[in-house]
Amino acid sequence: MELDIMLDIQKIRKDFPILNRTVNGKPLIYFDNAATSQTPQQVIDVIVDYYSNYNANIHRGVHALSQEATDAYEQARIKIQKHFNAAKAYEIIFTSGTTHGINLVANGFSSILTKEDEIIVSALEHHSNIVPWQMLCEQTGATLKVIPMDTNGELVLSEFDKLLNQNTKLVFVNHISNALGTINPIETIIEKAHKVGAAVLVDGAQSCPHIKPDVQELDVDFYVCSAHKICGPTGIGMLYGKEEWLKMLPPYQGGGEMIAEVSFEKTTYADLPHKFEAGTPNVCGGIAFGAAIDYMNAIGFDAIAQYEHELLVYATKQLQNIEGLTIYGTANNKTSVISFNVGNIHPYDIGTILDKMGIAVRTGHHCAQPIMDFYKIPGTIRASFMFYNTKEEIDTFITALKKAVMMLS
Amino acid sequence: MTIEEIQNEIIDEFSMFDDWEERYQYMIDLGKTLPLIDEQYKTDDHIIKGCQSKVWVHAEMNNDKVEFTADSDAIITKGIIAILIRVFSNQHPKDIIEANTDFIDEIGLKEHLSPTRANGLVSMIKQLKMYAIAYQTQLN
Repeated sequence: MELDIMLDIQKIRKDFPILNRTVNGKPLIYFDNAATSQTPQQVIDVIVDYYSNYNANIHRGVHALSQEATDAYEQARIKIQKHFNAAKAYEIIFTSGTTHGINLVANGFSSILTKEDEIIVSALEHHSNIVPWQMLCEQTGATLKVIPMDTNGELVLSEFDKLLNQNTKLVFVNHISNALGTINPIETIIEKAHKVGAAVLVDGAQSCPHIKPDVQELDVDFYVCSAHKICGPTGIGMLYGKEEWLKMLPPYQGGGEMIAEVSFEKTTYADLPHKFEAGTPNVCGGIAFGAAIDYMNAIGFDAIAQYEHELLVYATKQLQNIEGLTIYGTANNKTSVISFNVGNIHPYDIGTILDKMGIAVRTGHHCAQPIMDFYKIPGTIRASFMFYNTKEEIDTFITALKKAVMMLS
Repeated sequence: MTIEEIQNEIIDEFSMFDDWEERYQYMIDLGKTLPLIDEQYKTDDHIIKGCQSKVWVHAEMNNDKVEFTADSDAIITKGIIAILIRVFSNQHPKDIIEANTDFIDEIGLKEHLSPTRANGLVSMIKQLKMYAIAYQTQLN
């Protein structure tokens, strides 16, 4: 069904003070959203309010400030629980971000896996979803297998079927590829993995700003994401884990907060979620993460997805008219990320010239070297859009890109 | 010409440009004309890996002067290399060791020599100086 929800983009843009600034004398056009999203005033206000009014250490003080901060932090956990539809608030573990969440799970499995076990990652992964598993395999002797991709940037699921067997213990896949924008069929992957009894971790770093996942409906075992991709601050993220898994995995770090009782003979660990939250957490970050979720939901994920798809189609069409331009990642189901090169021009050169014209794009291998190796390229230019971007900005970007190509040819 | 004289000459040349476009077009053109490094030196032994662009550098000592050739896979990086080679090549090792690169600020290209830029240029300058130090010890 075609949705007909109009976003008031000019009103939304006013929420983001950074969009008013200039870069190299030109109005900023920010198309590096897949790296980090910008922060609305509503979230900035929450951060300022926290440090102005109730900054305190949490879960331990008897004084008013500590209680207020603890309440706000735990309220944020509940907001996040509701957003992702987790069954229990304690299934949401605050982390420093996606990478932390992945490492927490990988570390947990290091005491469970044996050398007969196999784990599967996809060819579309970010380095952060490859390296921890390689380290885990080195530690345990388990074998790492890879779901291959095709030239469109889509995973070859028939090959995935062949990789699965009774030794498969874990499957790791990103929901959306950061380098290409492909939306992976995680529903199918989870279902197939569960049939052989393997657990699935979904890296939601790229999907969280575009798609509102229901972790119970997906039946996913672990889901990780970062607040800074979804209009929140950096240094905070979350790990969702099914209760039975989180209870089974050992703690990742030792310290305060994560204990029940400590003596020099024995320490008993705290209950979930605190077992995985050693030390003073990023209290302000957690609260601001909750505020970012509120902000996004107030706009509405259906409206966001519809508008961003419009931007994707509009930009793709215009880019395809540029001679010698190749788009990498042409999956049917993709988000508002366009990775491309023009002729033999190095991505770094185009990125440098675009920056001189106030346009922020990402260039390089996007921490996904295996994908670049697949296409036999050093890297790409990546433009990624959020709901606060406009078609006018895309027009300016296309004109600037043409100029860069002319200068560099 | 001494290193300082060449640097002043480059500053003069850049002062004629009105805007970034002219500066960058000049660098791009320089990048296109830079004598390429001999293919035999375009190997992993000569590579300086930046996250964004790669740089290859080769050095030789002729008549007590160090001669550099270099290349990059990105043309703007190559243009800046051309400027750096013009300054540092065919100089005595001692002068190369003592030289600074402040002139890069004056010609408006400071951002390219930022250690966080990851284009290999900061490492390249270190490498040029390392070669000079190595040759200097030969002369001593």
